[in-house]
Amino acid sequence: MKYDIIIIGAGVVGSAVARELSRYKFRVLVLEKENDVAYGSSGANSGVIHAGFNVPPGSLKAKFNVEGNRIFPRLARELSVPFKRIGKLVVARNKTERSRLEELKDIGVKNGVPGLRVIGKKELRRLEPRIEGEAALYVPSAGVTSPFLFTIALAECARENGIKFRFGEKVIGIKKTQCGFIVRTSAGLFRSQVVVNSAGICADEIARMAGINRYRLYPNRGEYLILDKRFGNLVGRMIYPVPLKGAPGLGIHITPTVDGNILLGPSDAFIKDRSDTRTTASVFSRLIKEAEEMLPSLPREAFIQGYAGIRPKRVSARMKGFRDYVIEEDPKVSGFFNLTGIESPGLTAAPAIAKYVTSLILKSLSAGKKAAFKAALKKETRFAELSLRDKKRRIRKLPRCGEIVCRCEQVTKEELRDAVKGAFGIPSLAAIKIRTRAMTGRCQGGFCSPKIIEMLDKEFGLNKENLILKTKESYLLACRTKDLRR
Amino acid sequence: MKEKKVDVAIIGGGPAGLAAAAKLAGDGIGNILIIERNEWLGGILEQCIHDGFGLEIFKKSLTGPEYADYYIRKVKKLRVPCLLSSMVINLSRDRVLTVARKGELLAVRAKAVILAMGCRERTRGALCIPGTRPSGIYTAGVAQNLINLKNWMVGKRLVILGSGDIGLIMARRFTLEGAKVLAVVEKLPFASGLERNVVQCLNDFGIPLLLERTVVDVHGRARVSSVTIAKVGPCGRPIRGTERKIACDTLLISAGLIPENELSRGAGVILDERTVGPLVNEFYETSAKGIFTCGNVLHVHDIVDWVSFEAERLAFGVKEYLKKGCIAPSKIDVKAGGGLKYVLPQRVSGARTVEFAMRVDQPGRNRAVVFRDNGRIIRRFTFNRVSPPEMIRAKLEESDFKGIKMLSVDIER
Repeated sequence: MKYDIIIIGAGVVGSAVARELSRYKFRVLVLEKENDVAYGSSGANSGVIHAGFNVPPGSLKAKFNVEGNRIFPRLARELSVPFKRIGKLVVARNKTERSRLEELKDIGVKNGVPGLRVIGKKELRRLEPRIEGEAALYVPSAGVTSPFLFTIALAECARENGIKFRFGEKVIGIKKTQCGFIVRTSAGLFRSQVVVNSAGICADEIARMAGINRYRLYPNRGEYLILDKRFGNLVGRMIYPVPLKGAPGLGIHITPTVDGNILLGPSDAFIKDRSDTRTTASVFSRLIKEAEEMLPSLPREAFIQGYAGIRPKRVSARMKGFRDYVIEEDPKVSGFFNLTGIESPGLTAAPAIAKYVTSLILKSLSAGKKAAFKAALKKETRFAELSLRDKKRRIRKLPRCGEIVCRCEQVTKEELRDAVKGAFGIPSLAAIKIRTRAMTGRCQGGFCSPKIIEMLDKEFGLNKENLILKTKESYLLACRTKDLRR
Repeated sequence: MKEKKVDVAIIGGGPAGLAAAAKLAGDGIGNILIIERNEWLGGILEQCIHDGFGLEIFKKSLTGPEYADYYIRKVKKLRVPCLLSSMVINLSRDRVLTVARKGELLAVRAKAVILAMGCRERTRGALCIPGTRPSGIYTAGVAQNLINLKNWMVGKRLVILGSGDIGLIMARRFTLEGAKVLAVVEKLPFASGLERNVVQCLNDFGIPLLLERTVVDVHGRARVSSVTIAKVGPCGRPIRGTERKIACDTLLISAGLIPENELSRGAGVILDERTVGPLVNEFYETSAKGIFTCGNVLHVHDIVDWVSFEAERLAFGVKEYLKKGCIAPSKIDVKAGGGLKYVLPQRVSGARTVEFAMRVDQPGRNRAVVFRDNGRIIRRFTFNRVSPPEMIRAKLEESDFKGIKMLSVDIER
């Protein structure tokens, strides 16, 4: 089968591009090496919809950030994705930092960020009584979303509009021919006119397969700690330190998630291996120490999990200066679109990037608009988030849905079933987790994970090889009892 | 919403809830309701297929399911209604429970509520163990559930972090199944589980117990491939240069149990920082009027027999409450002093005999539990040996409380 467009990578950028392209009568295929969407950096970040005061005016980062922030609320509503515009405070601890707030504000104003205001100690105290600081930049337009649900919704919407997805297909070769591209994966060959390289941290490798050697990505790891929801009210807004000039990250911040947890992080450390998402003891203690400077009442027994994501940076530890996103059709390999170095604010920028890339593609490849394009994706609100009255209503409508399996996050059996049925690849525990929030609470699946494994085994007939945590090799169960005695 | 009115609502049909229900129903309390989230009664006992239960109550060694069965039969015989597969999603201070189950959301209005939700296991995330996040990391209880109730082996070569009782039991269970338990790693200088379990589950099978060590790193991308262990110094921090990698496919975590008090918190019940369970008086009433509690949600027990006894003592309090509409005020504070992790109940009336439960913070020989009122010794109980895994029980008679304002308990040589 020949496609018009092949998208490599089903992260938030690839999925957003897929949805945008699904408005047109293109034949599009998305190739993803993993078992699900949002596997890489798209699923391991702060979930922040940034305002755009921390990116140089005139850059693509600034442009797509501000535009992404502007269109996000509507898009989130359209796709039934949670979004809360909770606002952000960049907290200055002293006079020097305070003067930096004005600089940040000026950048923001130039970028077109609305509502920026430097506030004094008194107002900071009033807004966030637990936060220590001399002054703060108040950023009302910043918000939080679920990076998982957002990416899933983009991909599901694209799929509903006719885009094909193939999971577990790692691209291993790209050949440019006279009439387009031949993309070789671990499973087969695919032909297309256009290739969109949205492979995240692997985007430089993918480009190299097409003979483009201009890009090199430097993996930079950010580690996080997640707090129990019980402490979800410690702060109401995102609390950021004043960023250090030239630092690879935004500094360790305190982020209330859209689900009601609080995140500490991320750190920033350049690493060699781009798939090395491990966490480290030294960073954990640094996260706690730095968060405590802003939030002295941070409880110690509050953590439920840690994780790490990788920034695809275009500058290494030794190089200095700012590098913008690369979003272009390769000047030498026509039809090959590089989306490279899409680090923070990539989640915010993704929808705007998708629109822009689509407009670029339309210049060389024409297609009419689909009359039947469905922009919206209707999804039920999670049972846990319903009011008591709505819970009652939901149960009356769907009598099967009152049965709660995950206690911590109040996830019902029906929601779990829907997640299994809706999974793109093998319904791994991770796939169920990111769709339902089961196993993400304080007991981390202590009560529900055996029940979920049993459901996958008995109700859905998954064999041992497909009972996995995340990747194909991450088997959950070694064998049956008595097997080792035989 | 459908509404139900009961005299006593019991949250949790495990050993604590069952024993309380059996006692109350046996004593003629009519309108009781047990609400259980699993589709069966018995709680965690159902997956504890090893023996050693019931030595105190039945004077014989039973398996977990056998022990549970005794109480299940009792409540069935007494026709105590049970809602199975039913999750209490909210409890209000005025004792209205919201129960979610298949097809309905129920409001249960209770004169008295018994919190018997048990506990949960401390996880890798709560312990902040760094490293990769592969499959093959299980808490001991989850592994026990999968192996004993679902016949699944979670791994073949295991390292167990923490020497809690479930971890020790699982070390033996895995060994009997033909898996290799490479080591049990314990941060403290002594085992966290009962002596008898160390002997019967580790020593008898030649499984090494590595004390004053902990897991400092986890390796493996998809599945656990090894863990790094290291010695810990006196302040509990790993000592550099003592790291050792152990190749394994599974890390079991048995590093403590946490009373599951989310519902209690929601109802405004005040918790004790030491037990992480509610503050109670000798009637096992919490700070919220008419809300009682017993079992592992109150404090983590070492053997289930003590849970059953505690539930029976609680039943007395609940009956008093139902009869009089309130519990006699408890004005004497009980303070856990030197050498103790906690003492329970934290407050007493002084009007009746009280059995105290306590835990020492470190093992020792020839120790005394000393009860004092403002420095004046009231009672002294001596023990040949004490150890943190074993709960100590001591009784003060009604006459001991005469004129007492404040009670303190210390461990002395």
